[in-house]
Amino acid sequence: MNKEVDLKGKKVKLSQHVKIGQKNKMNQTYTDVSDMFAAKGAPSFLTGSEVIRDAVKVAGVDISVAYPITPQSEAAALIGELYAEGYLLDYFRGESEFAVMGQCAGAAFGGARVFTTTAGPGTLRAMENFPMWAGSRLPIQVVVTCRGINSPLSIQPDTLEMAYLLETGMLVWHAETAQDLYDFILAGFMVSEQPDVHLPLANCCDGFFVTHTKDTVNKAPEDLCLPPYDPYKSPVPCMDMECPPVRMMRDPFVMKSNYISYSTHASWQQEVKAAVERSRKHTIAILGGLIETENVDREILIVSSGTAVSQGREAIRLLEAEGIKVGLVKIKTIRPFPYQEILEATANAKHIFVPEFNMAGWMAREIKALIPNNERVYAGPHVAGGMTMPSEVIAEEIKKHIGA
Amino acid sequence: MSQYKVQPGPEAFLSPSAASMGIVLPDPGEAHIEGTIVPEEEAFEEAARKFLAAKVPTIFPGPLVLWHWNENAAKQATAIRKLANAIPARLIPMADYRPKYPKIDPEVEINPNHPNLTIWHNKIDVCIFVGVHCHQANLALKIIRGGTNCYTMAMCAQAGHEDACLSFRDASVEKIERLTAAVLKLKSEGVESQAEEFTQIKLNRQGRIA
Repeated sequence: MNKEVDLKGKKVKLSQHVKIGQKNKMNQTYTDVSDMFAAKGAPSFLTGSEVIRDAVKVAGVDISVAYPITPQSEAAALIGELYAEGYLLDYFRGESEFAVMGQCAGAAFGGARVFTTTAGPGTLRAMENFPMWAGSRLPIQVVVTCRGINSPLSIQPDTLEMAYLLETGMLVWHAETAQDLYDFILAGFMVSEQPDVHLPLANCCDGFFVTHTKDTVNKAPEDLCLPPYDPYKSPVPCMDMECPPVRMMRDPFVMKSNYISYSTHASWQQEVKAAVERSRKHTIAILGGLIETENVDREILIVSSGTAVSQGREAIRLLEAEGIKVGLVKIKTIRPFPYQEILEATANAKHIFVPEFNMAGWMAREIKALIPNNERVYAGPHVAGGMTMPSEVIAEEIKKHIGA
Repeated sequence: MSQYKVQPGPEAFLSPSAASMGIVLPDPGEAHIEGTIVPEEEAFEEAARKFLAAKVPTIFPGPLVLWHWNENAAKQATAIRKLANAIPARLIPMADYRPKYPKIDPEVEINPNHPNLTIWHNKIDVCIFVGVHCHQANLALKIIRGGTNCYTMAMCAQAGHEDACLSFRDASVEKIERLTAAVLKLKSEGVESQAEEFTQIKLNRQGRIA
């Protein structure tokens, strides 16, 4: 279980919406997200899919579009039940993941709070839409329940698809646990809808490990609800066929062969990346930081994200029993990447291990590109295609590498 | 804390966004001057000094205050006109965000996709954006910083603009009036406007009428 962030004490307010304190049609009271977190009740025992449903129930989502692909199908179906109960304004099945993401864009252009889920090959099939969402400054949230993407087909956990999301211009967060996932869904809307951010969020979790296993989760009371999305605070005007970004999609003015068009497009990309940077301030306030650390004064560190952190925690316990002391860095936001935080947390480490549930080792590459003396970084251990990563394997690899 | 300063250019062929250089936006009640967070009051005085010292001080009102889409927009437009009269400053509108083809008339309008053309043509040395959507304002502010020596300011209705050399946030009629009051106060203390003589251009929906 993750530690609770003392949001109440910090008096973090992420919404000044005029409707705070009023009730919606489901008799839920619009409440600032920090107050919702502070009001969490007794733990529930839920699967990750059920946690997605319960977070959406109190997130004030207007529209959700669904398309079946394992392991997100159950969550998408459960959101359909919320629609039947009246919690969503609209919910329907798209023709494919590509269509779903286009339909989400249409709903967001129209001023709705939009939520969807996808996984693995679905993420890649939808990929063209993600930089379009970001360039159009649409604060859509997609939960990505990571699974294998390549042939031979695998529906099992694998985080390779996250590597493809890194330069889309979206915010990319990685939940370790069901509790993270619940908190990230609610906090995610509040961060991504800030006028200076206003970007889509890929809220990633490891398929099956998080979506299909039960965990204890502290939830906000169901008679509370996030304040509604306010499209009038959008950094871009309502959809207009003559103005960018729609004109860029219909009749790309960047296709005009002149310097001004190229320069505008470059500046546009910079602005999207700037908005990712601006999200740091809001995310730190609501999540208590972009990383979490334990004993980073130690010479050996495990640095990772998602359920690789959970396995790392257990490996640390095993190593501790043998007298080998290891610290931990849990990375919560992949975009924005916590450069400064990781630099500081790894400053004294001699050995940095990056366990990952993919064969590419993209997280290790990110860290190697960041820190001085990057020969300290050991990219591994790696598993993929649905393999588990036993904590004993991490512990053995650490012992082998340090010669213990 | 970032060492980067958001200063007039020309900075680079493609200047970086200030956010990528570590500049952070102010919180409510604050503003920033060249990337340094300051109390709002300090920024009002600095903005007023910049306007009065400029040869071609210019206000760029955007669509959020140019069009009468709600009563607050009309009130803000009136307050902006008073500010322009107090400085005195040129008013050059950014009526919408469409790329202008084949050619913009840079004397009477500005566009976020090529704002440098308007700055260059009119030799604008100090300007303020007000009523421009945040994304479009940041595009324009960065392009201006990249290619011109204009000191840019922003009166933003949301969280402010780190790509401006000076930025307010949470703009309102009251804040525009406070800026006007800061200009008038400096004038009453003997600070004179250095603005070159000009005739305020008049436009209607068809274009320039005077």
